[in-house]
Amino acid sequence: MQGQLLVGSRKGLFIFSQANGGWKIDRTAFMGTPVSQVLYHRPTQHLFVALNSGHFGPKLHRSADAGATWTEVGTPAFPEGEVSNVRGTDKPATLKQVWCLEAGAGERELWAGGIPGGLFHSTDLGETWTLVRSLWDRPERKEWFGGGYDESGVHSICVSPKDRQQLTLGISCGSAWFSPDNGESWELRANGLRNEYMPPDQAYGGHLQDPHRLVQCPADPNVLWIQHHNGVFRSTDGGLNWTELTAAVPSVFGFAVVAHPTDPNRAWFVPAQKDEFRYPLDGKFVVSTTSDGGQTFKVLDSGLPPVPAYDLVYRHGLDIDDSGNRLAMGSTTGGLWSSDNQGQSWTTVSAHMPPVYVVRFA
Amino acid sequence: MPTVHFTSHLKNFVDGPLPNVSGTTVRELLDCVFGERPKLRGYVLDELGSLRTHVVIYISDRVMADRVGLSDAVAATEELYVMQALSGG
Repeated sequence: MQGQLLVGSRKGLFIFSQANGGWKIDRTAFMGTPVSQVLYHRPTQHLFVALNSGHFGPKLHRSADAGATWTEVGTPAFPEGEVSNVRGTDKPATLKQVWCLEAGAGERELWAGGIPGGLFHSTDLGETWTLVRSLWDRPERKEWFGGGYDESGVHSICVSPKDRQQLTLGISCGSAWFSPDNGESWELRANGLRNEYMPPDQAYGGHLQDPHRLVQCPADPNVLWIQHHNGVFRSTDGGLNWTELTAAVPSVFGFAVVAHPTDPNRAWFVPAQKDEFRYPLDGKFVVSTTSDGGQTFKVLDSGLPPVPAYDLVYRHGLDIDDSGNRLAMGSTTGGLWSSDNQGQSWTTVSAHMPPVYVVRFA
Repeated sequence: MPTVHFTSHLKNFVDGPLPNVSGTTVRELLDCVFGERPKLRGYVLDELGSLRTHVVIYISDRVMADRVGLSDAVAATEELYVMQALSGG
């Protein structure tokens, strides 16, 4: 199913394929149930979906036939006795949501990030999951806190294509972390990150930064990009040092970022007005991009709706394919767009989807 | 013996007729059901065994009070209703 477009929404999963130069819905699944993440696992050609049923909690399902039939697999869970910081109060840790899913080093290996901010590991294609204690037991973790949610969350897991034992995580609000050894040990990677929501002496670095999304250039895994709560950052040394990209336009707030698969100088963002607004600046919905490593940014709006358009694209709502030419994004107000020319122009796939949480090329 | 009823939404996750249950508390009755239908447990309870936030249980006409321990008493003549709360949709 490579080339298909997977869209996880507030009201189910939509699988699009290309037809007559556009996209059409091939299949739907789990209609009515919120889909918090989706993954096409290329080594085994399995499709995974993370559901977040309002009533019945998070669940994971797997399909071996491109979404025609599904089997419920294991759900990550916190062991009894673990506590999570819920808006400043320690409460028993229970999984609220599977926020991200990625293929691991081995053919049957998977990683899942949760809310609260636990990282979970499976070595049997999702049948069973284990909490990664090496991260959860870090003393810093007890101080992580939620941004938009009541608790912290692991939303970004970058598995280096050059060495799949090397993991880089983005956590809200728990900064960025690196593991050189498939999750056995962890190093904080926050030097140069800056926040505006803590007292001035805690603005830089530390374990309480809020990267909204962290992505890696597949061809040059030392190059990482962060769309942060109050800025855009880039690293060229695997996250050891971050540089704030102050040239970002039209605003520095946003959730989504994608990296070009082969050009380490290129990335795309969907900016919005800062945190007390969380909608496009002046109601003008645009994408921004840089092709020089963040020295300059360009606004892309051809084919996107005119003012007023209050579409907000969440952190998993923007994706780029392996060619680096095709992008797709979905918004909280149900807009879905694609571009075949690196965002130079956009085509509306649908203006009336349910609120979109995740857009991903298979 | 009390009878346990599940919201129709959860019946999608339950194959076939439910087992006969025995017990004097909500926990005991549900454990009987989950013994036969282990997948159902994670839909009604979280991983610590507490009732999920947006699930509600009625014992005949009253709402179950102990959402953590599920210790509310259930008489042999009563009915247990596992329902979706209005809040979770």
